[in-house]
Amino acid sequence: MLPKLARESLLELCRRMFVIRHFEESLVPLHDKGVFGGHYHLYIGQEATGVPAISCLRGDDYLFTTHRNHGHLLARGVEPKKLLAEILGRADGLNKGKGGSFHSVAPSLGFLHSSGVVAGIIPLSTGTAYAAKAQKNGRITVCLFGDGSLEEGAAQEAFNLAALYKLPVLFLCENNGKYGAGRAVAAAQSSTMAAYPLTDLPKVYKIPAQQIDGMDAGLVHATVSEAVNKIRAGEGPQFIEAQTVRYPGSETNWPTVPRQTETALAWDVSSVPEKARDWYRSCDPLLIFIRELVEAKQAVKEEVAAIERQVKSEIAAAVEFAVNSPYPKPEEAERNYFA
Amino acid sequence: MRELAYYEAKFEALDEIMAADQRVHLINGTFLSLSPHRHVFQNLKDKYGERMIAPPISELGFCGLATGAAMAGLRPIVDLSTGSFIYEAWPQVANEAANAFSMSGGQTRVPVVFHLFHGLRGGGAAQHSGSPQAMLWNCPGLEIVIPSSPRDVKGLLKTAVATDNPTIFVDHTRLLDIRGEVPDDGTAIPFGVADIKRPGYDVTVIATSYTVQVALRAAATLAKEGINVEIIDPRTLVPFDLTTILQSVDKTHRVVIADETHQSCGVAAEIAARIVESGFDKLKAPIRRVSTLDVPVPYSPPLEAHIGPSEARIMDAVKGVMG
Repeated sequence: MLPKLARESLLELCRRMFVIRHFEESLVPLHDKGVFGGHYHLYIGQEATGVPAISCLRGDDYLFTTHRNHGHLLARGVEPKKLLAEILGRADGLNKGKGGSFHSVAPSLGFLHSSGVVAGIIPLSTGTAYAAKAQKNGRITVCLFGDGSLEEGAAQEAFNLAALYKLPVLFLCENNGKYGAGRAVAAAQSSTMAAYPLTDLPKVYKIPAQQIDGMDAGLVHATVSEAVNKIRAGEGPQFIEAQTVRYPGSETNWPTVPRQTETALAWDVSSVPEKARDWYRSCDPLLIFIRELVEAKQAVKEEVAAIERQVKSEIAAAVEFAVNSPYPKPEEAERNYFA
Repeated sequence: MRELAYYEAKFEALDEIMAADQRVHLINGTFLSLSPHRHVFQNLKDKYGERMIAPPISELGFCGLATGAAMAGLRPIVDLSTGSFIYEAWPQVANEAANAFSMSGGQTRVPVVFHLFHGLRGGGAAQHSGSPQAMLWNCPGLEIVIPSSPRDVKGLLKTAVATDNPTIFVDHTRLLDIRGEVPDDGTAIPFGVADIKRPGYDVTVIATSYTVQVALRAAATLAKEGINVEIIDPRTLVPFDLTTILQSVDKTHRVVIADETHQSCGVAAEIAARIVESGFDKLKAPIRRVSTLDVPVPYSPPLEAHIGPSEARIMDAVKGVMG
């Protein structure tokens, strides 16, 4: 379902989902051509979680994210060209080339630190929440991580601390394992976690927890809004597990793009390679959102296509900017590691 | 000048720091380990209890909490108590806190202090006698402070809280009752300035933490035998003051390094390498290290005493470099 928001807001959510989609679809060929090295992870398939969830926050709230951070940063409004330059290791990147894909940050938007260790941010998120509570500034912290993070002990220690001190933090677990590799059919259960459902883990610490469909933008928006309101009211931490079906391009070690996205795919997936067709037909959260927009008469197809064209040209300009941005000077490696 | 016990100077610093800066929070511990002087911590708790938490036994969790709080503008001081417990928090200290400023391109500051008691404390055995400062010196991004006197603990603690970097404050329980002069002007001691704890001219002994006190006793005995030792205390490992050391070596041409980290890749190993790289031509004898022997720390008193940097081992090493 669509979030209960004005038409302009819905179109803006749609635009941000397109930004994530076209940004990452442009990233894969850059890696394949050797424009950047190192490993990286795609957010595609989770846009209907990150975009509506992050739209529920205040401008001064804190966010922590992991190795799968591109979508979160873009959903919050980071300039695609600065993020892309960072991933390419360039001087104009968000972190001046010191962080890369796993560690991109945007402190002015509340992203202070992105960790490539899957549960590394969970204790850190209790810290910004502790500080906000001490400073009585009303800020909350949203900690965005994957289901794999729950396998690390750091998550459990952090849940205990958050619950003990009633810290203003939302743990938003994005479980992209539904039907994924190593998962039981029709379940979002990892083959390497004995606890099930995952919401049992925070519940042990008396943290209210719920499991939702992360491909349903309206449900995500409603659930996160309610959780954020409770946290701001001083009720302490909340946990949401948003389940998504893994993007077929993220099933292998190195990301691929089975089919470049375009608005028309929302109604006709015959051009998608057969192996990936089911995902585009029934699981792609962006295409679901587009269909809902049109069916609810919030937009006509041509309006959506126009948003997409505008995003595509913005991303093309971002690629142009990033590939032409210079590398940092080598001696910069020896500088600025202390404040 | 007035004289204070080390623990009194340390708590005077904590009191002044907490009074001056509302951003300072104390996370865990009493900053006293098992020392009997609990009343000084209770005094602090009475005054600043709302800025203290006594978290669960979750070093990984609360070091992360403190690091995150520092990112958001607080200045937390964490007490890990026994130094070996920092191994439980390693991912947050070595992989998050140490890297955040550099990794963010200089945007995210992490003004957190991790305080711990390192070393041989009498019966600590292998799991409560760790000296993790050498391993931490191998993690760029952390400042490392290691005081040895009442004056230094006060002045260095002030700087540790003032600096915008994650700082490891390496303390030693055997220092807590040492007495010494402490100025009452509240002055901070800058990082990266070594202190000559005893002037001399025959041999330069570089020592850290409680081993400075051991070296001072060894030097007093050696003086009776006509050997005049200069003792230099670096006071901070990161940043490191090599200049003061090289000036001393210019005079003595002989170096002994006495320190409680294990010998291999230990603090003495790194200091020796730096002296050799920059001052090989000044040396008239090979540098001798007096470190903790490379074995897990044994429990029994004579066994523990045998492996540490004792007065006897320091004196032997000094006589060794005298040839």
